[in-house]
Amino acid sequence: MSHPTPARPPLRFEEAVRIALRNTQLRRNLERATGNIRRKRASVVAELPDWEALREAGRAIKERTMSELAEHLVQLEAAVQRAGGVVHWARDAEEANRIVVDIVRRHGAREVVKVKSITTDEIRLNAALERAGIQAIETDLAELIIQLAGESSSHILVPAVHKNRAEIRELFMRRLGIRELSDRPADLAAAARLHLRRKFFEARVGISGANFAVAETGTVAVVESEGNGRMCTTLPEVLITVMGIEKVIPRWEDLGVFLQLLPRSSTGERMNPYTSLWTGVREGDGPREFHLVLLDNGRTQVLRDPTGRQALHCIRCSACLNVCPVYARAGGHAYGSVYPGPIGAILTPQLVGLERASSLPYASSLCGACYDVCPVKINIPEVLVHLRGKVVRRSGARRGPQTAEGRERLALKVLGWILQDRRRFERAQRWARVAQRPYLQDGMIRSLPGDLAGWTVMRDLKPVAAQTFREWWVSRS
Amino acid sequence: MSTAREEILARIRGALGSASPAGAPIPRAYRQVAEDTPEERLERFAERVAEYRASVRRCDEAGLPATIAEACAARGVKRLVVPPDVPETWIPAGVQPLRDPGLSNADLDAADGVLTGCALGIAETGTIVLDGGARQGRRALSLLPDYHLCVVFAHQVVGIVPEAIERLRPAVAEGRPITFISGPSATSDIELSRVEGVHGPRTLEVVIVR
Amino acid sequence: MRISLFITCFNDTLFPETGKAMVSLFERLGHEVEFPLDQTCCGQIHYNTGYHEDALPLLRRFVDVFRDAEVVVAPSASCVGMVREHYPKLAEQTGDARLVDEVNALVPRVFELSEFLVYRLGLEDVGAYYPHRVTYHPTCHSLRGLRVGDAPLRLLRAVRGIDLVELPDATECCGFGGTFAVKNADMSMAMLTDKIRCVLETRAQVCTAIDNSCLMHIGGALHRLRAGTRTVHLAEILASTEEAPAQ
Repeated sequence: MSHPTPARPPLRFEEAVRIALRNTQLRRNLERATGNIRRKRASVVAELPDWEALREAGRAIKERTMSELAEHLVQLEAAVQRAGGVVHWARDAEEANRIVVDIVRRHGAREVVKVKSITTDEIRLNAALERAGIQAIETDLAELIIQLAGESSSHILVPAVHKNRAEIRELFMRRLGIRELSDRPADLAAAARLHLRRKFFEARVGISGANFAVAETGTVAVVESEGNGRMCTTLPEVLITVMGIEKVIPRWEDLGVFLQLLPRSSTGERMNPYTSLWTGVREGDGPREFHLVLLDNGRTQVLRDPTGRQALHCIRCSACLNVCPVYARAGGHAYGSVYPGPIGAILTPQLVGLERASSLPYASSLCGACYDVCPVKINIPEVLVHLRGKVVRRSGARRGPQTAEGRERLALKVLGWILQDRRRFERAQRWARVAQRPYLQDGMIRSLPGDLAGWTVMRDLKPVAAQTFREWWVSRS
Repeated sequence: MSTAREEILARIRGALGSASPAGAPIPRAYRQVAEDTPEERLERFAERVAEYRASVRRCDEAGLPATIAEACAARGVKRLVVPPDVPETWIPAGVQPLRDPGLSNADLDAADGVLTGCALGIAETGTIVLDGGARQGRRALSLLPDYHLCVVFAHQVVGIVPEAIERLRPAVAEGRPITFISGPSATSDIELSRVEGVHGPRTLEVVIVR
Repeated sequence: MRISLFITCFNDTLFPETGKAMVSLFERLGHEVEFPLDQTCCGQIHYNTGYHEDALPLLRRFVDVFRDAEVVVAPSASCVGMVREHYPKLAEQTGDARLVDEVNALVPRVFELSEFLVYRLGLEDVGAYYPHRVTYHPTCHSLRGLRVGDAPLRLLRAVRGIDLVELPDATECCGFGGTFAVKNADMSMAMLTDKIRCVLETRAQVCTAIDNSCLMHIGGALHRLRAGTRTVHLAEILASTEEAPAQ
């Protein structure tokens, strides 16, 4: 499993948040964005009398798929091959990138057009192509924007949500060489359309991800809004689809479930503008060559954990991002991964290894809003707590009291010990009542020391009562 | 030395262990068939297509050519792309048909619009489905021109998505590519205001034929 | 009915008035209440922070203490949530079949206060009198964990003299999240700020909820700000009568 190591270890979530919270533009953008989509989602979900039945079917199909993953992948491969496609298997990012670069090189292409695919972001395909002298042109408007800006995505669905129209206008003028351009969204979109049309016509190779791949028929599905997906999967001679192995679904009829769950959960529409479904190659219609790259890159590792593996059920709708109070204030970059938000907090640590993302399982107040909206009922809070257990078990007694983790462990051990015995508990209550006295001001605690100081930055704390409940209970009998 | 394929399959089997799944059937309590009448279905289809800002015209079979002509005239279409099997009677007088096969991307891009039939319509979502079958032609035809005029017959409209998926089985068994179209193309990537028209046809017009 | 009270470790220590209110309320309704002194904590702090093994002795203790209870009622949706949602799984992981049975036998008898009153006792009007402007914050555990629904609101609406005002964006998390408030203090504060804004918008005198954990967090900030709103647990509102009004 290879996930390119960043030059510096990524910031812990709490640290990244401190920086992100200061960005009021981002916070306002996110608030508007997520508020809008939430309302739309709620409205279109309410329209369906069988929404819960669809969720349950989606959950069950995904669960069944994972438990029989090998069989479905083998069936998918056979079906794609029967339809004239070529199937490649990639154990990790490097292998996947090598496969893609080889195909592109073989066709002598210096430019490829790409549909947005988080999977290709995960493996840093664009960088690998660039190293091979091949330019990958992002064709989703948002991806185009952040590519031109040299940044990275901050939201699964709306990657440039952190940019406003003025910034985008400036970017287009500078990077696309446009002399005059208004900042009206329609004009910005038109500028992108013109620029990319040329590229679509010239490109010999298109690269996409896949939302679903049906094992029974060998059909790949791409769900989109702008039409660039149709362009990339129809016009070039060669199409390469990079797909995580968890995207396979068993049967054609299963699309009837997911094509309802996904659009309503992601953009809050009854149906997204375009869904493309293709099977291998078709004479006289579209690419002459189709390559499907099946990617592992840590997914089989996730599969090992019976509780954690439900993270692989994700259909990348981003509904969880849109209801998460933490994501809404932190933005995607704070998660340090291509997968942000609640799903990111459980998927990233399992894909890249807990040691490299140990703060993510704690990036949540466990409010459960994500679980409520997940179209395939991934129990994100359950997995978060489960991963916290793994973090604690792994860090073990290695951490002494000089680290925050060590002190936390010690404090919780002591607390646990106290709570296991009634007399100890009562003694501790009495002790705390005395020990708190120096901190009391007008009957409240205004400032706590050490690791607990975070509480009293903006909150007063109620002190231990003059008479605890049990003392009162005993006194009244 | 194992191949990547062998290794990945081995990893999967290793990860899942020997515990074989119970094999309980997937609970499919969701609607498989819509419960509305054909009238309701057609109404809903027309409404929902219109909600995507795709304009809707209605006619009977006899009035179809005139309706197509009216749409083309209103749009100012002079050069119209048509799939190989679209009937001559559909093509308005005074409009130059550009018949596939033989059209290049540049031809398609320069045309004023494209006229197709469809495989089916989905009422609940206002969706038109093309499956490369009768009167639809290859995918590029309905992708590159900026204006797409699509003829939908009433009997082609199903109620809900699972019905559509079921009806598409023959097409997928034949390996035909399928496209679901729900309104003109759109993006919400600029400050989340929905902007119509990025890459697909920016104008979609539908003719419903009873 | 003989009602065994699970007061919870933090209520016992910091909010005894909530426990007293429960006693007063149930006795007024004609029930016998008992408080097994051996109780301490349900183990949620440890469990949610990832110290799963350390939660086990507390689970065993809880089962021991309440094994013979007719019903157990707690003024805390989060603690009842711990018992109902996580005890069965935790017990199974021990492989101790007897413990599993005991947990499964006990769990159906454990209730949060408002769900007990409304769904188990079938009551909405408990004879309370509380002539103040009050807004209700539905805690995440009550909303999405236990799904108590509108039980607390039904109880509040029946309180005489109350001026109940709706909280804007009520279902948004207040940002407490247990150790989250300390481990992710900045984010917790950002979320709390928005919750405070909504509470203050109501111009209520009192913000109530069925969990003192959230109220401690919200009330702590209101107090620091010297705002004109304070937090009071639902039990204390329900215990208040004309003869013996709560402050």
